[in-house]
Amino acid sequence: MERENSSAPAHETELERAVLNPLRKTTLPFWAAIAVLGALFAFSMGTLVRQWVLGLGVTGLNRPVYWGIYITNFVFFIGISHAGTLISAILRVTNAEWRRPITRVAEAITFFALILGAMQILLDLGRLDRVLNVVIFGRFQSPLLWDVTCISIYLLSSTLYLYLPMIPDLARMRDRMASAAAADVDGKKGFWSNWRYHLYRIMAVGWHGSAEQLRRLEKAIGLMAILIIPIAVSVHTVVSWIFGMMMQPMWHSTILGPYFVVGAIFSGIAMLFLFMTLIRKMWGLEKWIGAKQYNYLGILLLVMSVFWAYFTLSEYLTTGYGTLVHEQHVLQAKLSGEYAPWFYAMLLLNFFVPFAILIRRKGRTPVGTVIASAAIAVGMWIERFTIIAPTLTRPSLGYEKAVYTPSFTEIAITVGSLSLFAMLFLLFFKLFPAISIWEVEEGEHIAAVKRKAEELMAQPGPAIVAASVAGGPAGVPAGVPAQPLRNME
Amino acid sequence: MPRWGMVIDLDKCFACQSCTAACRMENNTPPAGPGATDDGRAILWNEVLAFVEGEYPKTQVLLVPRPCQQCDNPPCTYVCPVKATYKNEDGIVVVDYDRCIGCRMCAVACPYQVRYFNWYAPAWPPALRAHLNPDPEVAPRPKGVVEKCTFCIQRLRHAKEKAEAEGRPFDATDYQPACVQTCTGHARYFGDLDDPESLVYQLSHSPRAFRLLEEMGTEPKVYYLKQG
Repeated sequence: MERENSSAPAHETELERAVLNPLRKTTLPFWAAIAVLGALFAFSMGTLVRQWVLGLGVTGLNRPVYWGIYITNFVFFIGISHAGTLISAILRVTNAEWRRPITRVAEAITFFALILGAMQILLDLGRLDRVLNVVIFGRFQSPLLWDVTCISIYLLSSTLYLYLPMIPDLARMRDRMASAAAADVDGKKGFWSNWRYHLYRIMAVGWHGSAEQLRRLEKAIGLMAILIIPIAVSVHTVVSWIFGMMMQPMWHSTILGPYFVVGAIFSGIAMLFLFMTLIRKMWGLEKWIGAKQYNYLGILLLVMSVFWAYFTLSEYLTTGYGTLVHEQHVLQAKLSGEYAPWFYAMLLLNFFVPFAILIRRKGRTPVGTVIASAAIAVGMWIERFTIIAPTLTRPSLGYEKAVYTPSFTEIAITVGSLSLFAMLFLLFFKLFPAISIWEVEEGEHIAAVKRKAEELMAQPGPAIVAASVAGGPAGVPAGVPAQPLRNME
Repeated sequence: MPRWGMVIDLDKCFACQSCTAACRMENNTPPAGPGATDDGRAILWNEVLAFVEGEYPKTQVLLVPRPCQQCDNPPCTYVCPVKATYKNEDGIVVVDYDRCIGCRMCAVACPYQVRYFNWYAPAWPPALRAHLNPDPEVAPRPKGVVEKCTFCIQRLRHAKEKAEAEGRPFDATDYQPACVQTCTGHARYFGDLDDPESLVYQLSHSPRAFRLLEEMGTEPKVYYLKQG
């Protein structure tokens, strides 16, 4: 590991330079983005303080529409947190090589989306000061406690799952900064460089890249990758059960759990497309996040879009074919009532637009997938909204129709939450590498070994070597060209 | 232990709203004002709901006074994450205002919409404030919690205390909520649903008796007697 100890950028590989340079130099567009996002977030904090002082009356909520777009945002953010799990865990478990450059971005989306999602519930509480009651008096009879439990476990495990594969990269950055920090004994170079060195040093937990450390790390990552899949599925299932366990028309449905999980993975991949394209563009990582990732992940997104459409059809056809009065009222609100524009926009953005783009090979490019993903991100937010609002405006005891119009405060806080999400994401990748360097190197190494093996087989050489590499039949006479053997693979 | 229940005769009710007013004075619910009422923010533990059927000129209006249905199988209590709402030993669903975190899950779970949320801190015009019920059990609720009809549970305590002070056993007829006491048309009956001798028992077994959204299995303890 000679290279690890070198601190001079001249010795860096192309990959290291590309990934680490954005951490060293900050561009003007980056600060501009942070300034805009920060301003939006600061403004929303102002409206939030007003809400805390005056009460939830500043929202558009009422009786019986007790839940509105804070809960919509909650479901939306928890949904996109499934990006990391799907890409990272499932692709790791199935050994998909193309995952390597995008796992870090996916895991970071999970981490920040979960934090934002949990925050939405806190915004919606009438008595935030009593939130600890959930811990003190919590009882498992309530679906809300299922959510608190599953989301806490998911946050814990996805933090670990983000951190573990980052350790070798952290050690690498620690070593890069070690000589600079050592030369700066009297602290003349300023606090800044030292501050980052110490952060990386502590977070690298003494990693030195020995075979034993690597074996243990791979084992831990492998275990987490498997554990996190059922945890993620449980999280979005219990999120849906907040609604599904209520005897409310079109909520009390057995499809809701799986429907939410499918929607979550769907919106998660879309969000991954948006953020990995942003990072790729801002950080200049086109060489690593390339055509292969866009094509394969685009196929996954297409499959999820079709799954989502299938679930939607199942749910709405079953409801519509029946004659249950209370459910018909809600269905009519969506098909021909005041929620019809939302409902049809949802179908267009979640199925028709992405399907038309992604079905073609030419559509699975950065431009095509970003258009499809932006449509899905909006469409899935609308989907959550059209599950929540129409049911609440048409309760079973229907003596009058309720109306829900989100207030300025709710919209400002929604915009602020999205800004905070993007800001945390950008700041995180200002401090930590956006691509898992060691994993990509590992992938390159595996690819190189494979190429070498193929070269060996292509050479007219001692057949016994070719035969043993290809696993072909032994005892092939010497001097026979390797070509036929390759065909037997 | 009596199983407290109510019977409302829709033939005798003429929707004078005196139950609504009596409830407000007894339980200190804050007036919302016309604007907030239009926004669906009014807090009325007892409401007279208007079910309008048919198109003009063949319109029919069914007026249904609706207190909390005091379900024997209350969906609101199951979903509370902190056990701030529960069925107490008298079978009445109550809210612990000091524990409620304001998540409004109970309000969404209730099919009868009897649960009210304090969107703002409660406020009264000075004249009304002077006439608040001084009973600490109905002290104004803080902003951000859910509240609901309790069958005037403070009156049950008063009735029991009075019986004890007078040195006689407590009788089910000693206790009635404010809406029952004040009902102009004598349309409301209150008592022990388990006592075959009681009026509410007999009325709740009348062929005219029905309950709201009975098919949901919530087992309400408020019965209605059909109109007409």
